[in-house]
Amino acid sequence: MTNSALHMSNVRKVYRMADTEVVALDHAELTVASDEIVALVGPSGSGKTTLCSIAGGILSTTEGSVTVGDEEITAYSDKQLTVFRQNQVGFVFQSVNLVPFLTARENLLVVDELGRREGKPARQRADRLLEELGLTDRSKNLPSQLSGGQKQRVAIGRALMNEPKLVLFDEPTSALDTELGSQVMELIRSEMKSRGTAAIVVTHDERITAYCDRTVHIIDGVLAA
Amino acid sequence: MRLALRELVRRPGRFVTATGILTLIAILLMFLGGLLDGLIRTSTGAVRAQDVDAIVFSESSQASFLRSRIEPATRAEIDRLEVVSETGGLGVVQLGARVPGNGPRDLANVAVWGYELAPIGVPDPPAAGEAWADEILKSDNVEIGDQLLVGPARTPITVVGWVENTSYNGQSGLWTSVDTWRSVLTANRPDAALADGVFQAIVVRGTGGDSATMIAAIETTSGDGVIALTVQDAINEIPGVTEQQTTFNQILGVTVVIALVVIALFFALLTVERSALYGMLKAIGARSRTIFAGLVAQAVVVTLIAAIIAGLAVIALDLLIPPGSIPLYISASRIITSIVLLLFAAVVGCAFSLRRVLGVDPASALGSSQ
Repeated sequence: MTNSALHMSNVRKVYRMADTEVVALDHAELTVASDEIVALVGPSGSGKTTLCSIAGGILSTTEGSVTVGDEEITAYSDKQLTVFRQNQVGFVFQSVNLVPFLTARENLLVVDELGRREGKPARQRADRLLEELGLTDRSKNLPSQLSGGQKQRVAIGRALMNEPKLVLFDEPTSALDTELGSQVMELIRSEMKSRGTAAIVVTHDERITAYCDRTVHIIDGVLAA
Repeated sequence: MRLALRELVRRPGRFVTATGILTLIAILLMFLGGLLDGLIRTSTGAVRAQDVDAIVFSESSQASFLRSRIEPATRAEIDRLEVVSETGGLGVVQLGARVPGNGPRDLANVAVWGYELAPIGVPDPPAAGEAWADEILKSDNVEIGDQLLVGPARTPITVVGWVENTSYNGQSGLWTSVDTWRSVLTANRPDAALADGVFQAIVVRGTGGDSATMIAAIETTSGDGVIALTVQDAINEIPGVTEQQTTFNQILGVTVVIALVVIALFFALLTVERSALYGMLKAIGARSRTIFAGLVAQAVVVTLIAAIIAGLAVIALDLLIPPGSIPLYISASRIITSIVLLLFAAVVGCAFSLRRVLGVDPASALGSSQ
């Protein structure tokens, strides 16, 4: 067992467009401890999303290595990355992205349906998560019947459904007002810490960093602690 | 797949348009198929009803009853074959019939048959001057006991009972004894009159062996004089049958292609609309094949619902349309065949969305891929 949830070593991501090369991530070195919350701050187009996508097994690297928990995923095929995403990471997206025709509870269970198919244990876990997130009375509501904060809490619950080693939050408060954003960040912190789960919170809002253990800046694909 | 089916249940409104269009297409497909079956039945029913292994025509007749002549000597040669158990004379003449109570120009089209071996559903030959009538004649107000005046000679034939599915070339069958048929033929078509013992065709029942062997034996024994056909081959030789089938099958084929295009377009649009959702699902671990299987499941369910509604609609139409007014015949096999074709179109139509599903980038769920 390693103590880090994520270890990125000398990671480069280069996009080729016609005759030009765009370096989205340049020799990135990043280690996130198993219960650490890291804020990744940078302007638009700085490479935040690329780093998150690589850490979450959505994109593969051009160079370097990536290890999540005990899994070295650098050379994984698309199929292996899909299985990895089912089991090892959680995502909370900027635009929430709940399945609009599923209830809050079903939105959590969709993770199990697409992946492990545990059945009853997954249902029990979903109910427990909804209770922790204060959504028990909203479990049968569709996303259209939930407030912005409630939707974000459902998304957090979904990210935790597969008991991941690492959760990636992509601008989790950008669609919320300041007060609600603070509440959500407090919730994220308490949930991550209570589980000992690592998280990377992508943001360009410096206020969010107060809820994180460490802040990493990224500019033009280069990380600076 | 459960995800896709849940969407169907929770958001049925999204699929109403596609289901409606597919229902109309399915009705068209089944109705056209029913018309084809009806036309073929009214053209071929009398031949299809022959409960025999082969029908023998004179070789130069091109399997046309009116052109064919089988002499008693030829029949005797066929009778002597070991592979033949029995033979029967068969002949027909197509004429107009005056119906009691109808106007003088309101003629019923009839095919007067003379037969020795009873076809399927037809009793043994009736007494002289009597006939079993195809029930299509009911649409001409014919009733049991009516005396029809057949042909220009107004030969009287009394209807003594009904039979089903025995039309020929669109004309209602009147099944009479050989003598009655021969007298009708002589009186109304003297140019086609046949001497006693001469028939237009001979129907043959074998001893239970292979039909092809029996047919070869008949044709060999009779030299170049006859052509023996199975019932199905004899049906195919009826003028217009193959042409009708070919034409209708092409129309049916085009209808299936239209269904395929409708399904392909609808689900391609749906896939484009759902790109963000699919991107998110892929990001949290959905396989492309899972998403595509869901799409196919939705297409199959929508098509099945449309096909079932259409099936019930054409059955209702069949019940509402008076018998004999249009040659519509709705059968379970036609409905099932149409459903299978539509389901095939649904799966193939969905396949056009496969590339788009494969192309959805999970990175799109995280803002941009850069």
